[in-house]
This record gives sequence, structure tokens and C-alpha cells, in this order.
Amino acid sequence: MAATEIVQEIKRPPQPPGPIKWMRDNLFNGWGNTLLTLVLLPFAAYVMFSSIRWMFVDADWQVVTNFPLLYAVGQYPRDQLWRVGVGLSLILFLMGASWGKWGGLLRSIAIAFAILFAVFALLPVHHPEFDLGMRLYLGANALLVLAGYFIGRIQSLKASYIVIGWAITPIVTIIFLSGFENSATLPAVGTTLWGGLLVTFLLAAGGIVLSFPIGIALALGRRSSLPVVSAFSTIFIETIRGVPLITILFMFSIILALFLPSESRIDRLLRALMAVTVFSAAYSAENVRGGLQAVPPGQIEAAKAVGMSNFQTMVFITMPQALRAVLPAIVGQFISLFKDTTLVVIVGINDFLGIGRSIINSDPAFMQLQIEVYLFIAVVYWIFCYLMSIASRRLEAMMGVSTRL
Amino acid sequence: MTDTTNNEVIISCKNVHKWYDEFHVLRGINMEVRKGEVIVIFGPSGSGKSTFIRTLNRLEEHQEGDIIVDGIELFHDVRNIEKIRTETGMVFQQFNLFPHLTVLKNITLAPIWVRKWPKDKAEKVAMELLERVGIPEQAEKFPGNLSGGQQQRVAIARALAMQPQIMLFDEPTSALDPEMIKEVLDVMIELAKSGMTMLVVTHEMGFARAVADRMYFFDEGLIVESGSPNDIFHNPQEDRTKLFLSQILHH
Amino acid sequence: MTTNQSSIQYKSDIPFYRDERVLKIIAQIISTILIIGAVVWAIMNFLKAADARGMTLTFDFLKEAAGFPISNPPIEYNPSMTFGRAFLVGLVNTLRVSVFGIIGATILGTLMALARLSSNWLLSRIALIYIEFHRNIPLLVLLFIWYFTIFGQLPRVQESITWPGLVYINRRGFYFTWLRLTETSAPFVISIGIGILLSIIVYVILRRRRELTGQETHYSKISLGILIIFPLIGWFLCTGSPLQLDVPVLEGFNFSGGLRFTPEFAALFIGLTMYTAAFIAEVVRAGIQAVDRGQVEAARAVGLSTSQVLSLVVMPQALRVIIPPMISQYLNLTKNSSLALAVGFQEVFSVGKITINQAGRAVPVFALVMVTYLTMSLLTSFVLNLYNRRIQFVTR
Repeated sequence: MAATEIVQEIKRPPQPPGPIKWMRDNLFNGWGNTLLTLVLLPFAAYVMFSSIRWMFVDADWQVVTNFPLLYAVGQYPRDQLWRVGVGLSLILFLMGASWGKWGGLLRSIAIAFAILFAVFALLPVHHPEFDLGMRLYLGANALLVLAGYFIGRIQSLKASYIVIGWAITPIVTIIFLSGFENSATLPAVGTTLWGGLLVTFLLAAGGIVLSFPIGIALALGRRSSLPVVSAFSTIFIETIRGVPLITILFMFSIILALFLPSESRIDRLLRALMAVTVFSAAYSAENVRGGLQAVPPGQIEAAKAVGMSNFQTMVFITMPQALRAVLPAIVGQFISLFKDTTLVVIVGINDFLGIGRSIINSDPAFMQLQIEVYLFIAVVYWIFCYLMSIASRRLEAMMGVSTRL
Repeated sequence: MTDTTNNEVIISCKNVHKWYDEFHVLRGINMEVRKGEVIVIFGPSGSGKSTFIRTLNRLEEHQEGDIIVDGIELFHDVRNIEKIRTETGMVFQQFNLFPHLTVLKNITLAPIWVRKWPKDKAEKVAMELLERVGIPEQAEKFPGNLSGGQQQRVAIARALAMQPQIMLFDEPTSALDPEMIKEVLDVMIELAKSGMTMLVVTHEMGFARAVADRMYFFDEGLIVESGSPNDIFHNPQEDRTKLFLSQILHH
Repeated sequence: MTTNQSSIQYKSDIPFYRDERVLKIIAQIISTILIIGAVVWAIMNFLKAADARGMTLTFDFLKEAAGFPISNPPIEYNPSMTFGRAFLVGLVNTLRVSVFGIIGATILGTLMALARLSSNWLLSRIALIYIEFHRNIPLLVLLFIWYFTIFGQLPRVQESITWPGLVYINRRGFYFTWLRLTETSAPFVISIGIGILLSIIVYVILRRRRELTGQETHYSKISLGILIIFPLIGWFLCTGSPLQLDVPVLEGFNFSGGLRFTPEFAALFIGLTMYTAAFIAEVVRAGIQAVDRGQVEAARAVGLSTSQVLSLVVMPQALRVIIPPMISQYLNLTKNSSLALAVGFQEVFSVGKITINQAGRAVPVFALVMVTYLTMSLLTSFVLNLYNRRIQFVTR
């Protein structure tokens, strides 16, 4: 019997996971990477530092800070601003209530908005229009979200009330924004006076809400077994997808009037909304169609076998599965729509970008300050789009869990 | 099984033909099923047996012949089709559970929306059925979290929730791993013993031996032979039957 | 309940409103009436309105003189030429910026994707910043930034940024020293053409032979050699030099000669390229990541070299995932070129708009512009989809 030697294993002492090791692995592993890092690092540092310096020292931000209300609501009469507030506050309240009632992703969205308004209330702008009253209003909105949350949590409050609240929000908002002729309490404010973020959000929200059901209808139409419906939907979708948005915008601006009875005149903003809606609907239709194709035919057979009608099958079985399958693409289309609203500047509507342009053009001195304006606008869009894409990723993750097959 | 020879005929098929374009898939099927009978349909793939069973609830259309289910003629009348579909339940080879709904909602969806039951009644019936198939604890889970055998049992419960007169099974165990076949067959056997009229397309001959009243051998769109399990297993008349039996009973 | 004769419905007894065949036909008739009816109603309104305004709906105006200038036209143009000609100029401009944009965006996007996948943390983060920046801002804002702010800073002609003899940059554009063909360049040009054709043929034949017989045929080296040698031969066959340096020369207030890009074109091209590149980068990255790592391991295990692993195993599989979304990015770029209007570059849409301003005729001009874009989209999509179909797997 041989003597067994127990060899004690001596483990190599673990290297400290310090920054040295990290740099060695990620920046300097190998000659190529080392060279690359040595070239890129000074360049990146230079860019970063000179940008920061420009931002805080060289740049003249008065072009942005002097016109907060212009950027926000365009030329909307300053004494009627409370009407914009009505819609805004209603939305924020409902957002809080929805968070309270249903939770989930709504919590992040509601809190994000509350924080946004709190930040607005504390912005370091010095402007006569941006007085204490305005700041108090903005801060109150942040609190309104919380109030909505507590109301939403009340068990006895039925979810359907909140849904009804959302349903009447667009109507209420529009009524308060536009007002009526010959009214003392709500004098008419023409849409030509609306501008800035107000217009951008109206177009984006309106476009999203309207284009989605139209897109679903078009997708169903394209897959229909009725040849005329299918042909019409296909031609409609493919034509719109084959031309740039700007041509659709111009078509609605200039030519639409010719296709309707001569007595009708449609408001310019509404025409832009219709154009954006129709354009986005065609793209949403293709996304939904992809989702519909992904639903296994066995699902429909099972629904029929258990006695459900075509309509019930569509509503309970087909659509939920189809939409879940293509949710990322659908939300991506919404984000694109939000960015596409900038094109209305070309048909003369003063959205957020348009206000920036008109501010630059209003004073020759501002010609030097274009970069501040456009960078500011770019950053604002960027923030909203980035937040939307984060929300989309969270939504995807949530949906994935419950439909894991 | 039970003595069903004096029950009324609940399914009647006379001279049923079906074509897929040029392909003649059902070439004149004649069959009568009495209430409470358990019928096993077997045969090689492509013989038309799945197609036949799917014509009974109009998932497939037949071009010629008469089909009468529970006294209702099955043809182009949409109201008849709806009625027949509520009176027949179907269990699929691929289960076809609705992945975005919980097990409980899978079962209560149709009773609530088609039979218009109130939610508590539907849920009570659903839980009873889940007990009956042996998995009441899975009620709040999603189909994706269940094994194949559990999913198929939920599918059976879902079909039974509509309280059908007839249950149709289209190769219910063919997509299951072997260790799960038994749990599903046990449920089906219990169902048979409780007096349900069942038409089962399957290769599970053990099931047939246990509960079938009659067996039909399909080949190339025709019923080649039919009879009680005893006759079929011990005294098959046709050569094709003998050949097929020898192929599948050699396990 | 026994089945007796009286409860059987005879087939002729089905009331029509429950007969599924009848219902289908009725649905078809109703939908046809509704849709065609709506279309006809719209067209009638349109004809009536067009009539009331005395609008002519013909394309005759294309033969009239345009009367407006186009700066730096890619083909011969002056304001006395027809609208039709102006339209053609716009179309060439659209194609110019789209084709270069697609090429540029593909290259830049692929590089960005590779940078993003790099093991160098700094490089990966820089690429990430680039991609996330460009994906989350509207293209129009980006174009404004490039044209009004960056290019707005360009100096006057007299104070051009120069790299003497090579590049001159000022407010009127970018001027590059370029090569021009002389009159004696015919043999050179012909030999280039022959060289390209021959090298492609030789490549295909030799590669086919390599695949069939396994013999090493050095197909890449030989075809590359042909590509280089033939033009060289052609060069020597020319009596004089076939190429001539075309240097931009300051004459008065302008440079003449050389290759010129207007700031408008440059802004549109750069903006489009950088914007689309960000999206293409994500598409390519997804494609590369979609190829299972096990594939690379298996390919190595079987003895393939790195370049063979990339070209024979990774790229074909990655391409299958990349091509369909890539096609939509190309189409988007082409359609986005219409934003040229905002920076003053005259491509087909902006020429159309000017035409409407000059000549009215909104509807025919519009129809023409939209048909042009539609044709470009459908053609591009059709051709690229042929390629796509060839490389896709057939899945059961």
C-alpha cells in the first residue's frame, strides 16, 4: 500500500478587483487595445472638457432662458394660460390615479412626471413671466400626481371611473384650449397662436392615440378575405410607406381641401395631425400585421372549438397575443412619431422646433446663438425619447414574464 | 363499456365526402354514434381521421354528405354551427391553451362570454373541473409554467367547462413525453366511465381496450373496418387492419 | 330525443341570413360598395373643385420654361430649361445624396457596430454615446445643427480653411482637388472597364473551380492582380497622361475647378449618414450577436482560419438577420432625403415645391413627386428583397 500524500492545494491569491485590474482587462488588454486607448483617451477628455467649458462659460443661454413660455406654449395668450393648465393638471391627476389603481410601469411614469414638474418649479430662470405664481402652479402639479395616487388607491373607486376620466381628457383639453366664439369665460384662441411644447405634445399624443386603432383596422383589412378590402388596405399602406412624411404633410395641407366638399375648412393644426396620424397608422399597421401572423392558428381553432364567435376570438385571443408579440416595434413607432412631429415646422406650424427657429429669426443678435437654441431643443427631445425607450424596455420585460412559453 | 345499445343516436354521418382541392381526403364516411359511446378512431397518418373529426365541429368543411350532431344538421347555417360548437368540446394534439391567460381564465373565458354565466359560477365550475382532472393548485399559473401533461388536462377541463354533450379528441397524447401520457389517459378513462360521449383519434390501444365501445379503422379516406375492441384486436377481418395493428402493437 | 325526419333541416331550408356562403357574398358586395363609393365620392369632389378653380390637370407644364435656378446642378441646367429638366435635376440630386448616404451610412454604421462590440471599454462607450445620441433626436434637429450652426460658421471665401493644393473649405462649399480625364484618356478608361469585367469573370470561375475541385486557385489574388494590371497597361497605352489634376483655383469671389460640394449637400449628406448610421449600427450589432458563439467555436475546431470563419460561417448567418431591417433603413434614408427642403438643397421634393410656387399645378406636381418616391421605394425594396430571398433559410 503506497503512502498517500495529501497535496495541499495552494490557491493563487485572488487579485484585488481594483481599478488597475479593470483597466488592464478593458482598456489595455493587448497591443491593439492599448494603442487605441492611448489615442482615444486624450481625445475623449478634450472633447468632454471643452464641451463642459463651453456649456458653462462661453455659451450664452439667454436665448433659452429668456423665453420659457414661448418654448412651452408658443403665442398662447398669457392671460389665458390657466386653460392650458386645466388639461395639464387633469392629465397629471389621472396619471397619479392610474398609478394608484394599477401600479406597475405606471408608477415609474407618474413619478417621472412628478419629478419633472418639481424640477420645472425650481428652474433657475429669471423671467417676468416665470413668477412665483407659475412656480407654485408647477410645484402643485407635482403634488397633484401624489394626490391622484392616493385617490386611486381607494378600493371603492372603480377602475372604470379612471378609464372614463382618460376618455374625456382629450375632449376637455381641446375645449379649454380652443374656447368658443363670443364667449366671455372661454374666448376663442385660434390654433395659430398655439405653439412650442404644447403643440408638439398635442400632435404626438393625438397622433399616437389615433393612429393605433386605425393601424389595427388597416392590418385587419389587409388580412381580410374580402378582396376589395384587402386590396384597398394594401394599396393604402404601401403607398403611404413608400413616400416621405413631408409629402403627406403637404398633401394634407394643400390638397386635402380639394377632396372634400367645398364648404368644409379644416384647421391647419388639425390637418397636420391628420397627416401625422395617417402616416404613422400605415407603419403601425405593418407592425400589427406581423404580430397577427405570429399567432399560431391553433389558438383560433381552440377558440372556435369552445364556441367563441369571430369577434370574441379577435378580442380575447388574437389581438392580445399579436400585440404582445410586436410590442417593441409598436412602441418604437410611437417614438418615431414623436420625433416626426418636428416636420410640421416645414408646413409653417410652430411646434417646439419651430419656436426655436422663430426666436432665432426674431433678433439679428441671435444669429450667433443658434447652437444654443438647437442644442437645447435636441437635449429636450433626447430626454423624452430616451425615457420612452427605457419605458419600452421595461414594458417588454414585464410582458415577457407572463407569456413565457 | 356501459350498455349504450338503446340510447339514441347523437352523431349521424351519411356518405360524407371531402376534397382538399383535388385530393379526395374523405371518400364516403358512414358512422352512427349513440349517446354515451366511446369511439376510438385509428389508422395511418394521412388517412383522414383527424380531418373527419374536425368536420364534426366545422373546423373543416365537408362538401358532400349529411352530418347531424345532437339533432342539428351541420351545413352552412351559421347558427347551427355555433350551436354545435357549444355542444361539442375538442381537445387538440398541441393543447392550444391561451398563453396570455391564467389556467383559471383559460377555462372560464368561454362559459362567461359564450354561455353568459356570471363570473362566480364560471369559476366554481372551473375549480371543480380542475379538481376532477387533478390539478386544482395550478389555477393561477400560466400555461407556460405547466408540464405537457398538465396542460393537456387543463385543455380537457376547458372543453368540459362548456358542458358539452360530446367530446372530440384529436390525438391528445401524441405530443406528450411518455411519462405524462398516463395521467392524461387516466382522466379520459374517468370521463368515459362517467358516461360522456367521446370520439377519440389515437394510437393508444391500451385506452381503446379499456373503455372503447367501438373502434373504427380509417385508411385512405375510408372506414376499412369497425367493431368492438374485442373484434378488432382478436379477430380483424381486413388485411390492412391486420397490417396496421401489427405495426403499432409491436412496441 | 330521437332523431326524426322533421327536425332535420334540408339543405335548401337554410334562411339566407344564416347561410355562411351567402353572408360572405353579401359582405363582399357591401364592402365593395362602401370603399369604391367613398373613393368615387372623393374623386368627384376633387374634379368639381379643380374645375371651379380652373386647375388644369395635365402634365403639359413640364415643357414650359422653369425660370428658377438650381445651385451646383449635377447635370447641365439653367433657368431657361424646362420644368421637366428641373425635375430631372432634382431627381439626380436625390439619387446622389441617397446613394452616397446609403454607402456612407452602411460603412459608418458597421464600424460603429464593431466599435460597440469591441473589448475596449472606451471605444465601446464612445460608440454607445454616438448611437444613443443620434437615435433619440429628430433628424430635422440634427440637420439644423449641422447646417445652421456648424456650417453656418464657415468662413468667407477669402478666408477659406485650406489644405493648400488639396482642400478648400468656405461658406460656399467644400472644394477638393480631383482627377479629371483628359482627351487622351480613352485607352485608360476602356482598360479599366475591361479590367473590372475580366476580374469579376475570373473571380467567379476560379472560385467555382476551387469549390468543386478543392484545388487552390488563388482566385482572390489573381482577380485582384487583373484589376490592377489592366488599368496600368491602359495608362501606358495613352499618348499623354490620361488623368489631370483639377485644383480649385480662386478666381475673384469664387473657386472654380475641383470637386465641389455645396454646404447644403454636405449638411444633408452628413446629417443623413450619421443619423442612419446609428440605426444601422444597432441592426448590424443585433445580427452579429444573433450568431451563436458555438458557431465560431465549431468553425475553429474544424480548422478554418479566422478570415474563413468570418466569411464562411459568421457573415452569412449574420446577414440573414441583418438584411431585412437594413432594407428599411435604406428606404428611410431615401425618404428622409426629402428634408433637404429645410437646408436648401434642391432635390426632387424641393424642386417640386418651387415648381408649385412658380407654376401652380399643385396636383400634377405632387402626383409626380409621390410617384417618384414610390417608384424608388418599390424598386429598391424589390431588388434588395430578391437578394434577401436568396440568402434566407427555408424553415419548416
